[in-house]
Amino acid sequence: MIPASFDYTCPKTVAEAVSLLGQNPEAKILAGGHSLIPMMRFRMATPAMLVDINQLEGLSYIKEEGDWLEIGAMTRESELDRSELVRKSYSLLADTTRVIADPLVRNLATVGGNIAHADPANDHPATMLAYGAEVTATGPDGERSIPIGDFFLDAFTTSLSHDEILTAIRIPRAVEKSGGAYFKLERKVGDYATVAVAAQLVLNGDGKIASAGIGLTNVGLTPIKATAAEEALTGKVLDDASIKEAARLASEVAEPIEDQRGSEEYKRHLVRTFTSRALRKAQERAEGGGV
Amino acid sequence: MSTHSITLKVNGEEHTREVEARLLLVHLIREELELTGTHIGCDTTSCGACTILLNGRPVKSCTMFAVQASGAEIASVEGLATNGNLHPIQEGFTEKHGLQCGYCTPGMMMTTVALLKDNPNPNEEDIRWGVAD
Ligand SMILES: Cc1cc2nc3c(=O)[nH]c(=O)nc-3n(C[C@H](O)[C@H](O)[C@H](O)COP(=O)(O)OP(=O)(O)OC[C@H]3O[C@@H](n4cnc5c(N)ncnc54)[C@H](O)[C@@H]3O)c2cc1C
Ligand code: FES
Repeated sequence: MIPASFDYTCPKTVAEAVSLLGQNPEAKILAGGHSLIPMMRFRMATPAMLVDINQLEGLSYIKEEGDWLEIGAMTRESELDRSELVRKSYSLLADTTRVIADPLVRNLATVGGNIAHADPANDHPATMLAYGAEVTATGPDGERSIPIGDFFLDAFTTSLSHDEILTAIRIPRAVEKSGGAYFKLERKVGDYATVAVAAQLVLNGDGKIASAGIGLTNVGLTPIKATAAEEALTGKVLDDASIKEAARLASEVAEPIEDQRGSEEYKRHLVRTFTSRALRKAQERAEGGGV
Repeated sequence: MSTHSITLKVNGEEHTREVEARLLLVHLIREELELTGTHIGCDTTSCGACTILLNGRPVKSCTMFAVQASGAEIASVEGLATNGNLHPIQEGFTEKHGLQCGYCTPGMMMTTVALLKDNPNPNEEDIRWGVAD
C-alpha cells in the first residue's frame, strides 16, 4: 500500500534535525524505517513531515569509554551483530540482536529506533532494562541522560519530548565475571516475541550474585523490569532454589494478555521457563564457560 | 507533500528522476525504471521478494523511500547476467531448481549474491542464518 503524502527533509546536523522537529509538531523522525514505513503503508501513521536522520554524521559507532559501552543511535542491527567487541563481552546484547527480525531487516533497522519506538514487542528494551542502560537524548538545550527505567512510559510512548532525538544508548561496561543471555520464543523466524527474557548477572569473587538484571519482552504495555526477582537473587548463589524463586517472581510481575500468540497462562509459564534458562546461561557465561 | 530530484545508479546505469517523497524505492524500480524483476510479495516487509542490493547490502526495497536512495548504487536481479550469460547464482538456482513458485526468487538470488560476497565458503548454518534467520 502507498503511504499518505508528506514532506521529506534530510538534515545534515543534529541541531538542524532538532530545529526541524521543533518547528513541525506533526513531523516524525525516520531512522531505519522498519517500524515506521510499514505503519505508514498501512496508514496507521500519517506524519506530515519526515526528518530523515540517516545522513547525520557520527551517530553510528560502538565503543567502550569510561564506565560504559556506548552505541550510536543509528548503529544498524547488522553492525551490532558483526561487532567483535559485542560478541566477546556483551553476550546478552549479541543474543538479542541476532533474534531481531531477519538479516535484511537488520541491515537497516537501528538500535536507536528499536528503543525509541517503544513497541512492547521490540527486543532491545528488555535487554537495556536488564543491563541498566542509559539513553542519551539531544534536544534544543543540548544533551541529557535518561535512565532506562524512566524511559518507557506506555506502549509506543517514551519520555523523549517531540524535539529530542535519541542519539546514543550506554550500557555499563562489561566487568570480570559478568554475563547475560536472551531467550525468545517466536512462532517463526523473523517474528516478534511471544515472550522473551533478558538476564544479566555480575558475580562476586565468592561466586555469589553481586547484581542481577532481568527484563521481560512483550508481556505488558511496556518492557518490564523484574525488580523483585533481581533483588531476591542479589547476594545469593545461583542454584535450583534461587532460580526457581526468581522465575516465580518474574512470572508474577508479567502482565501478559491472551492473543494470537497464546494464552495468559501459557505466557506466564514461558516467562518462568525462560527466566530459569536465561539465568543459567548468564551464570555459565559469567563464570567464563564460553559464549 | 514534497517532490525531489534524485539521481541514482541502478545496475551501473545512472538515472535522474523527479519523485514524490512517498514513492517507495520498489515502485521507482518497477514503475519508473521498468525493471520488473524486483517483485512485491507482501505489505508487511516480510517476504523479501523486493530485495535489491543498496551499496552492496541486501535490503527490502519496499521499506525505503526512493528519495532516500539518492546517490546510492543499486543492483537488481536484471544486473546479474552479463552479455547474455547467466550469473553463477542464476545457473546454480536453475541447476538445483532452487525455488518453489519462483515469485521471490529474484530476492533470494540477490540475498545469495550478497551472502557469498561476504562469505565465499558458507556452511549450512551460515546459509540458513544469512538467508532467513
Ligand atoms: C518483518 C519485520 C520483523 C521485525 N521483527 C522484529 C523483532 O523480532 N524484534 C524487534 O525488536 N524488532 C523487530 N522489527 C522492528 C525493527 O527492529 C525496527 O527496525 C525497529 O523497531 C525500529 O527501528 P528503525 O531504525 O527501523 O526505526 P524507524 O522505523 O525509522 O522509527 C521507529 C519510530 O521511532 C522513532 N525514532 C527512530 N529513531 C529515533 C531516534 N534516534 N530518536 C527518536 N526517535 C526515533 C521514529 O520517529 C518512529 O516513530 C521487525 C521489523 C520488521 C519489518
Ligand atoms: S514486498 Fe515483501 S518484503 Fe518487500
